[in-house]
Amino acid sequence: MTSATAAAPAAPAPRPAAIDRARLPVRELFGTALQGLKTRRLRAALSALGIAIGIGAMVAVVGVSASAQANLLAEIDALGTNLLTVTPGQTFLGANEVLPDTAVPSIEHQTNVHSAAAVYQISGANVYRTPLVPAAETGGIGVDAAAENLPAVMGTTMASGHFLGQVANEFPEAVLGWQAAQVLQINHVAGHLMVYLGNTWFTVIGIMRSAVLDTSLDATVFISLPEAERLFQTQPNPSEIYVRANQNDVVGVSNILAATADPQNADGVQVSRPSDALQAQADAKGQFTTLLLGLGAVALLVGAIGIANIMVISVLERRGEIGLRRALGATRHHITAQFLTESALLALLGAIAGLALGAAATQVYAISRHEPFVLPLYALLAAPTSGFIIGAIAGLYPAAKAARLSPTEALRST
Amino acid sequence: MALWLEGVVKEYAGGVAALRGVSLEIPDGDRVAVVGPSGSGKTTMLTIMGTLERATAGRVEVAGRDVGSASDVDLAGLRACEIGFVFQGFHLQEAMSAVDNVALGMLYTGMPLRERREIARGALDRVGLGHRREFKPAKLSGGERQRVAIARAIAKRPVIVLADEPTGNLDSRSGREVIALLHGLAADGATLVLITHDERIASSFPRRVQMRDGEIVGDDRA
Repeated sequence: MTSATAAAPAAPAPRPAAIDRARLPVRELFGTALQGLKTRRLRAALSALGIAIGIGAMVAVVGVSASAQANLLAEIDALGTNLLTVTPGQTFLGANEVLPDTAVPSIEHQTNVHSAAAVYQISGANVYRTPLVPAAETGGIGVDAAAENLPAVMGTTMASGHFLGQVANEFPEAVLGWQAAQVLQINHVAGHLMVYLGNTWFTVIGIMRSAVLDTSLDATVFISLPEAERLFQTQPNPSEIYVRANQNDVVGVSNILAATADPQNADGVQVSRPSDALQAQADAKGQFTTLLLGLGAVALLVGAIGIANIMVISVLERRGEIGLRRALGATRHHITAQFLTESALLALLGAIAGLALGAAATQVYAISRHEPFVLPLYALLAAPTSGFIIGAIAGLYPAAKAARLSPTEALRST
Repeated sequence: MALWLEGVVKEYAGGVAALRGVSLEIPDGDRVAVVGPSGSGKTTMLTIMGTLERATAGRVEVAGRDVGSASDVDLAGLRACEIGFVFQGFHLQEAMSAVDNVALGMLYTGMPLRERREIARGALDRVGLGHRREFKPAKLSGGERQRVAIARAIAKRPVIVLADEPTGNLDSRSGREVIALLHGLAADGATLVLITHDERIASSFPRRVQMRDGEIVGDDRA
């Protein structure tokens, strides 16, 4: 830039020696493209529908998976990830190890252990509604002796009645797991409801809700350890100990549990964290089905072809307009840009509609399943972006065709 | 010199020659009627003057610029800023109001929409359609449509206005009004080149160029 050009601001601008460039600001480009779509609303809506369905299907798949996953994670969170289980392992030769009867008090004495509850498997005992039920029809229900604080440690509550207490140590009282209650067709505790458990009538005093962190407890009937020892000669060696650790030292507690439970034979003790398995299950639920996503992609492809098709027709119909625009100073690039933008905007609008559609489907699913509504942020961003890009790609050929039209021929066509 | 053609030849694929060596000088502000039978090359000459097509041979200068050496982008700029077209078929956008049709004429100058609409309203006032600004073309008569098209052509104050049978689709009264309007615009100093079949319209022009078989066979000045 020389100083000469900067001088004499008051003088009228002389006609520039260079030709003024034809210009089309981006705002005007989008205005023009929108105008083009508005002129043919029904057609635009129909051709955007394909994209809307494709994007909608994909968003719904992602949304439903994310909602299901969030639901399971919320459940796990509510139950706590600080539950650990201690079980006897197996010897090298395959025989079952035995946990010492001192295991529970030892564990409870550890600083970062909040509480612990043991169950004791009672082998050879089955439960029936009456003695008349054939012995083989056990309904798959196990019988365990359980500590009084089992529901509290498991993070579950009673659906009906109460759990084993002091009385149960002296009298034959039983508590049903949720699934066991269903099998025995007992819906709630009322009056003197009895079950026949290993030659003795037991009064049913409670039904426990599902223990999500260990659903095997749901198909179990619980009695007190003293009763079990008296009636079935059960040894006071826990078959499983549930331990609540302080949330900030779960790993630390899990590391010392084996040695605490059985100092003589720590290798014969298995320690696990049930929430880990559920976490993995939740992650698996989050992995939306590839097949469904593929179907969405196919719908999207069909939608893109529909848009390309409609744009080709549009270019043929609008030859006059294209010729006029060239006469008014549009370059080939301006024509290309106009049709590309129109096509991209069309698909973008379809994608936004699809996003709303997919979100609505997810919402309906979430409400019907009592799950939280979750739509990942990446889906919110990817849907419009991919729509815009797909539209631009679909518009490539029609736009190039429009730009190649000779302006004089285009003008003659009307 | 608004337009300067020297030895311009235009051949189409297959060897059909639409122009066989046309030379013509049109100074700034000149008003020229081009007459001649169909197929005599009138429209081809006009599209070459309007830089919509390039000559096969010869030299063309438009508004003082050599068109032959200019790029397509440069020619588009020339059309956007210096050349106004008026067509027989109007070429109005049916979905747009009169004022937006006129504003469209300035789209590729890069001017913002507000400004273009402002100028468009002034241009519609000049062609006597100030009261029809928001009308869509379908609601306008033929004569009114052509006046909108003229407003579109002149709104950006081009150096050259090229009109290809602007009265061809109009009844004689509307036609006379349109021609009178175009003559009135000469007050701006714009150069006007107009193709017509109508002898009476041609005779209203100070200069008449006659064409036959791709050549200029007469150039009268009143």
